[in-house]
Amino acid sequence: MNQSVKTASITLFFISTLFSGNIEKDLQTQFILAEPGDTITIPEGVHQIRGTLSIEGKENLVIRGFDMDKSILSFSGQTDGAQGLSITNCKNIVLEKFTVQDSKGDAIKVQYVDGIVFRSVKTEWTGGPKPTNGAYGLYPVQCTNVLIEYSVAIGASDAGIYVGQSNDIIVRHSTAYHNVAGIEIENSFNALVYANHTYDNTGGILVFDLPDLVQKKGGNIRVYHNIVRNNNLDNFAPPGNIVSKVLPGTGVMVLAANDVHIYENTIQKNKSIGTGIVSYFITEEAFTDSIYNPYTSDIHIYNNVYEREVGFPTLDYEIGQLMAIKYGRNTPDIIYDGMQDPDVAEGLCIQNNFRADFTNLDIEHNFEKWYSPFLSNFSEDPSPHDCGIPHLSTLK
Amino acid sequence: MNKILGKSFIGFILLLSITLGESPLKYAKPKLSDYGFFIGNMADHIPRDGVLPYGVSAQLFSDYALKSRFIVLPNDEQLSYKLDGSFDFPRETILIKTFYYPADFRKPKDNIRLMETRLLIHTPEGWLGFPYVWNEKQTEAILEIAGERMDASFIDKNGGETKFEYLVPNFNQCKGCHVNQNRMIPIGPKARLLNHDFVYKDGKANQLKKWTSLDMIKDLPDLTTLPHTSNYDDPIDGSIDERARAWIDINCAHCHRLGAPGETSGLFLNIEETDPTKLGVYKPPIAAGLGAGKFKHTIVPGMPEESIMIYRMESTDPGIMMPELGRKLVHKEGVALVRKWIKAMK
Repeated sequence: MNQSVKTASITLFFISTLFSGNIEKDLQTQFILAEPGDTITIPEGVHQIRGTLSIEGKENLVIRGFDMDKSILSFSGQTDGAQGLSITNCKNIVLEKFTVQDSKGDAIKVQYVDGIVFRSVKTEWTGGPKPTNGAYGLYPVQCTNVLIEYSVAIGASDAGIYVGQSNDIIVRHSTAYHNVAGIEIENSFNALVYANHTYDNTGGILVFDLPDLVQKKGGNIRVYHNIVRNNNLDNFAPPGNIVSKVLPGTGVMVLAANDVHIYENTIQKNKSIGTGIVSYFITEEAFTDSIYNPYTSDIHIYNNVYEREVGFPTLDYEIGQLMAIKYGRNTPDIIYDGMQDPDVAEGLCIQNNFRADFTNLDIEHNFEKWYSPFLSNFSEDPSPHDCGIPHLSTLK
Repeated sequence: MNKILGKSFIGFILLLSITLGESPLKYAKPKLSDYGFFIGNMADHIPRDGVLPYGVSAQLFSDYALKSRFIVLPNDEQLSYKLDGSFDFPRETILIKTFYYPADFRKPKDNIRLMETRLLIHTPEGWLGFPYVWNEKQTEAILEIAGERMDASFIDKNGGETKFEYLVPNFNQCKGCHVNQNRMIPIGPKARLLNHDFVYKDGKANQLKKWTSLDMIKDLPDLTTLPHTSNYDDPIDGSIDERARAWIDINCAHCHRLGAPGETSGLFLNIEETDPTKLGVYKPPIAAGLGAGKFKHTIVPGMPEESIMIYRMESTDPGIMMPELGRKLVHKEGVALVRKWIKAMK
């Protein structure tokens, strides 16, 4: 055989494996063969996919549908793999204008990627909020340069939009509802979370630092200009997960994180906690990680608008019951567990919030015995936390 | 040109790289027979000279599939032993693994059906994995980079019939398991997994001794100083602890180790790990989702029935089960072993 014939026959062989008429195999083959600069199109329609679609080791790719309501990858009949779409070990990947539906595990998991854009992407479990839904919707983890915008996350049994162990992050103009957590930033640095709308979740926006992870801590998190409303959904997370401890009716919650600014948000009609600032101790989980700092520190809450409708907080959780006993139908908006990091002078700063009541639970002293809370006087005076509003120019 | 194509892997690579540009497929041949690994009827897997069979003492559970393994080293080149017990492989090394089932496990040599042959090829871009799917006539296996699903069934050793869908992983999924620090690596051929006897054509021998005598390895330390991973199936090859850790290592630790995708969980299951929290003892899950079930910790000592590890090993739901990929069935014997291990834990 001469060279050109041989070359042609090999090329033909590989091309014949493409376009077999099966969209799952076609997309997967395109993802494997993609070259830098390629755009891979997700056709219009609802496409039934049985296994995780994966993109691995690629650079400069665009995966684009026609519209989030027109190009739909449905995993309702998924038999293989835990994720819907899995993207690993890549550089500069843009996901645009499509929906991932009903995956058995996480909808779109992105790991070890530098440069990931989710733009007008929807992740959804269509059967409503259920514990059998997958954990995360939009899920970048161990990534850098993450941009999530104009996207929608619905029905995740953990967090709709979850950014974990990542750095240099923007989450904006996105919507999350019917999730346990609407948006969660965990063990991550340099995150701007703004102009999002989180409603009808168990908790609206969470900023967490957890122990025993590879990226040990986070910081420089800015949460602003968001609307965090009516996050009163019953917590439907499987009980083993940390997010199952979030009180239904939580607006914004900061857990064991540091250097977090929460400002100019509208935090409305969340029945239990408008904004909670708590240490890891509140989880009552032990940890062995010697580097981990379980306290919150350098937390700033200012210029937010709070509104709460008169009514009981959740009674499903101890803290909810306690608040109900203490405050009846008028629970405070900003709640601090009072666990001040002994090594840090400036733990929590609160200024100039509109219609915000405050309470310091001082859990270290007020929960020594089961009846202690009934005898204690929680401090409702925010003035010890008045450290002045930071200049915007000091924000990184 | 024919001569170069027939004899030289490099020539093949060059030709394909012209044809296929940047595609990773430039390192693969379309059919298994193109490589000429076997003589006679290819399905019989009689290796040509230079294609050496080997076995590992603990295997990844793959729906009870049996596996044949071979290694092909480029001429006159050697593996070099690394201090962590793995090897550096020369470029162009090929690892061959064929997955097959007997129709009836009570007669494991009869009515064999070959499912797929996976090649790990050490290319200039690092290791790449290519799955070849066997045809029904068992005369050829064809490269299927997007993987394949096949109906399969067998009679188990108790005489019960098992029917299931066998999944051939795609090119990316190969890397999903074989990855460390973003680079693909072999899992099986490590000193501790090879440090046992293997039956060769000319008799039984310790594999590391054999490879040394064939001049395949350099810098191998004294054999007596090297560890041996238990064959978890063999009740006399190690304690319950050693056998359970062997099972967990080979089935979980390719992901659950530092530098591999499962590290996000903080759960490290490699056989060298000694920190109980990292191994899962009283460790709360991080991003397990439904995988946590109604349980709070990966391992609760003495309580396998409350340990997430067992819950996920016993599941076949893609959103719950572990490993995430590579099985449709539960490894009952593996579950029993790990249950025993957790039960005995204090």
